[in-house]
Amino acid sequence: MSDDLNQTCVIIGASHAGVNAAFALRKEGWSGPIVLIDGDSNLPYHRPPLSKAYLTSDDDISSHLLKPAVSYQQHNIELKLGVVVERLDATTKQLSLSGGEQLGYDKLILATGARAFVPPISGLNSAKHVFTLRNAEDVNRIRDAYNQLAAQNRCRVAVIGGGYIGLETAASLRKMAADVTVIERESRILARVTTAQMSEFFTELHQQHGVNIATDKQVEAIQPGPHGDIVRCSDRSEIAADLIIIGVGVRVNTVLAEQAGIQLNNGIEVNQYGQTSNPEIYAIGDCSYHHNPHYDRKIRLESVQNAVDQAKVAAAHLCGKAKVYDAIPWFWSDQYDVKLQMVGLSDDHDEAIKRQEPEPNKFSVWYFKQDQLVAVDAVNHAKAYVLGTKLIKTQQALNKANIVDASVELNLANLTS
Amino acid sequence: MAKITFITPDNESVTLEAEQGSVMELAVSNNIAGIDGDCGGVCSCATCHVHVAPEDVAKVGAASEIEQDMLELDDNANEYSRLCCQIEISEQLDGVTLTVAG
Ligand SMILES: Cc1cc2nc3c(=O)[nH]c(=O)nc-3n(C[C@H](O)[C@H](O)[C@H](O)COP(=O)(O)OP(=O)(O)OC[C@H]3O[C@@H](n4cnc5c(N)ncnc54)[C@H](O)[C@@H]3O)c2cc1C
Ligand code: FES
Repeated sequence: MSDDLNQTCVIIGASHAGVNAAFALRKEGWSGPIVLIDGDSNLPYHRPPLSKAYLTSDDDISSHLLKPAVSYQQHNIELKLGVVVERLDATTKQLSLSGGEQLGYDKLILATGARAFVPPISGLNSAKHVFTLRNAEDVNRIRDAYNQLAAQNRCRVAVIGGGYIGLETAASLRKMAADVTVIERESRILARVTTAQMSEFFTELHQQHGVNIATDKQVEAIQPGPHGDIVRCSDRSEIAADLIIIGVGVRVNTVLAEQAGIQLNNGIEVNQYGQTSNPEIYAIGDCSYHHNPHYDRKIRLESVQNAVDQAKVAAAHLCGKAKVYDAIPWFWSDQYDVKLQMVGLSDDHDEAIKRQEPEPNKFSVWYFKQDQLVAVDAVNHAKAYVLGTKLIKTQQALNKANIVDASVELNLANLTS
Repeated sequence: MAKITFITPDNESVTLEAEQGSVMELAVSNNIAGIDGDCGGVCSCATCHVHVAPEDVAKVGAASEIEQDMLELDDNANEYSRLCCQIEISEQLDGVTLTVAG
């Protein structure tokens, strides 16, 4: 084993997953070279603020770094930024990098994440101000374009896609005084990711803040209008926009895995250690399709929690330790003054109970499957989130009457009595 | 300008100076072990947990309600616990000692 620790580990993708893997490898005792490569030329940064605090600020992305530059030096992690891995040859264990360099590895971690999906919409390419929102460069361009347009009083923004990123972007742009319409194909926003109750809450929240939520609208074409662009939907409605943001989900970056002949399945398939079908190659973070033992099913997650936790598991396994991935997923989203915190997976629940606190905009929804707590969504209510986290783990039987009754204090004793 | 001392999990004492930003940012940008700051400072991850020295509690102030709730995720939390992304650096913090809980 000590020999293995002297080998070269190359990590492709220097975002939440890749960066955490590099540092976790050092912590677990990896002594060989670690090379961390990313096509993005910025020092690795936090992605969640991109649609939130970073969008509304004029900060440089360097104020949201995952680690300071000096940390990489101190831990002897070689960063290759602005470098794309173009080919992976798993037989010779060689990578071809943009710029022509060849790089060999002993162990490889794919932390290639996902990219924004751009649906085939007629006229998209000729539209003036259309952006996706996945990396710092995207947001820099959105900020510049918006500021220029706003200076000419052209503040109409269409956000195509009512998922978390689309809604956070809508909230941020409202804060910047934009006139925002969210266009959603399904009959409710957040349809893919949460329950109808939560969709309803967020619809009202955005409407109260002056955002137009347009559901059941499939965008068909974008056409030039007299001022700005016209977004044309399948129901023949038209939405005029000076700036268009596409937030309709992602595509996993699997090209390299495909070249290596690794098994794919809704992402890159991995075992409980983050190992792909090629035992020398691991896949972690947004790109990995993995089994969650707690829910006993295979999932792909897009969250900081998953990226960080899988990074630690893969690093431990590479260093000869048999840590397995068994985290209960959690996620947050910040919109206006509302903090949503989610723990667990709610998609196959058979019962949902809501607890409304006396304060407005403070509530939690508790999801059960066969009387087992499987998930909690908490709005401005960290206590419910924390208790949910603990109770999903312990799988205790819960007193549902006490959950619903907001006059009963929310604590472990009352919930389990 | 405030001088802030961190006691790391290895019992190392590191004193840093700063004018602004959060204590979490200061700790992360100086590689203080045990402060991860995974959520970037929005009180969502509880990976920035410190114990404030008892004599400094008044200077540092009390945790907000959400912060207190989030601290309960960690069994190691006590009356001196804070999530240091929620502590803004100001002159008032000069001389405080924070022990990393992680
Ligand atoms: C706007 C936005 C807001 C979000 N908000 C939240 C939130 O509030 N809470 C939360 O938990 N999560 C949030 N997320 C999700 C979270 O950011 C992701 O789950 C996380 O970034 C996943 O990390 P990752 O390292 O797996 O992948 P990514 O962050 O996608 O990083 C993959 C990296 O790999 C690089 N790469 C890919 N292929 C190559 C190649 N061939 N050569 C070189 N480099 C390559 C890419 O450049 C990229 O930097 C948000 C995401 C976005 C975009
Ligand atoms: S950095 Fe996440 S809670 Fe402080």
